[in-house]
Amino acid sequence: MTTDQSLEPAIRVEGIEKSFKDLHVLRGVDFTVRAGSIFALLGSNGAGKTTLVRILSTLLHADAGAATVNGCNVATHPHEVRQSISLTGQFAAVDEVLTGRENLILIAQLRHLKNPGHIADELLARFSLAEAGNRKAGSYSGGMRRRLDIAMSLIGTPPIIFLDEPTTGLDPQARIEVWQTVKELAQGGTTVLLTTQYLDEAEYLADRIAILHEGTIIQNGTLAELKQLLPPAKVEYVEKQPSLEEVFLALVSDKDNSDGGSDSRGEGSVRAGKDLP
Amino acid sequence: MSSHALGDTAVLTGRSLRHILRSPDTIITTAVTPIALMLLFVHVFGGAINTGSAESYVNYMLPGILLITIASGVAYTAYRLFLDLQGGIFERFQSMPIARSSVLWAHALTSLAANVVSVAIVIGVALIMGFRTGASLALWLAVAGILVLFTLALTWIAVIAGLSAKTVDGASAFSYPLIFLPFISSAFVPTASMPGPVAWFAENQPVTAIVDTLRAMFAQQPVGSGIWIALAWLVGILAVAYVFANSSYRRKIS
Repeated sequence: MTTDQSLEPAIRVEGIEKSFKDLHVLRGVDFTVRAGSIFALLGSNGAGKTTLVRILSTLLHADAGAATVNGCNVATHPHEVRQSISLTGQFAAVDEVLTGRENLILIAQLRHLKNPGHIADELLARFSLAEAGNRKAGSYSGGMRRRLDIAMSLIGTPPIIFLDEPTTGLDPQARIEVWQTVKELAQGGTTVLLTTQYLDEAEYLADRIAILHEGTIIQNGTLAELKQLLPPAKVEYVEKQPSLEEVFLALVSDKDNSDGGSDSRGEGSVRAGKDLP
Repeated sequence: MSSHALGDTAVLTGRSLRHILRSPDTIITTAVTPIALMLLFVHVFGGAINTGSAESYVNYMLPGILLITIASGVAYTAYRLFLDLQGGIFERFQSMPIARSSVLWAHALTSLAANVVSVAIVIGVALIMGFRTGASLALWLAVAGILVLFTLALTWIAVIAGLSAKTVDGASAFSYPLIFLPFISSAFVPTASMPGPVAWFAENQPVTAIVDTLRAMFAQQPVGSGIWIALAWLVGILAVAYVFANSSYRRKIS
């Protein structure tokens, strides 16, 4: 198993195309994701990120090309692919009528695991939802709902996790919590493919970043590689002022959270990223 | 894959039954309209209706009322399925290694459970209003069997509606003609009293055969060949709706 993973990429995408009637959303997408890494698919709204994630998670068939996930072809062996993945969609996929704990038990039962109640309690504790565990998920805040959503995705410890815009619509604190969770996942050996439209998110989290633009990957590399695409940095004097986010976090959160927030500040490269061809 | 089909269906049925238990208003709403109709027909129109039989009017019209109860109950089945599709939870289920058919069957079984409760409430009210039957346990089981078939047939129609609807209103709109159909049948007045073409339609549509069979069973009368016509309709509608529901499900998930 481990030798397989080191040779075979966790995700391999080759020439994937997808059109909806006359709209060519994906026009031949290629990339591979190394097992145990965080891979960010960066693109603006409508770039086709979600379409690609839906193809990789067996929800949608590609028109052309092939994709393998954990060594299984998504088109020909969808059931095998589903064994090794977990999808956290763009909109928190929780059952609002059930409590947080019941949501977790439901997924554990559907994954045919023993002691679903025990698994649920563990995850509630890990995602600081223990107190809210017996409340309806419909009453949760956006951040709590997203945490529950991700906790549901971790049940059964799938080796590959898809996160489609995991922090869209979250407040800065909830966003940092999600980031921390994603980092921890990768440290535990899980392969994470995340899509995002936030440049700082890709910069902070990803081992490799691919930029999806008009249906193809126009750049794919590590952050350092992408930065080298632009002319070498000029040294300029810029007065360092705290960003509004830093001010906000310092004012509202305890020390732990504000530390996490300052980690995420890139040095101007956020803006540079936008000018890539 | 099919090894988990039963277990997955049970888990998902448990989930949607919990939805109903937490908002029992859907069951009560389902029962309220038929009960209001029953009061209206028995105490307002009933006096002027000549059914040509010696039975009390509440006995005469209860079978039709039960069908209306089920026809309005399945609107909620389409509604619940539509809401699942709208939220992300459906896609989560589809991306998990669960038996594909279990998602639809869970909704179908939940529909059956909810309608059994609604029908029981309506029969309870009918008993208070003077409905009487000497039907044996075997006849009651036969009545229950026909009502279960009717519920399943309409449930799979509801599944088609829930899967193909674009809006919440659209999801439940399919039930209006179904609720209306008993009015152009032998459910409330004898078909002989209707003008020619209407009478022809009423005599040849499924509700009349089903209503006449149920009425004969409650009255311990011979059901005659009508029961075979009723069963043929029920099994036929069930089979066609089931096939169409599953093909639109496959189109939806692939």
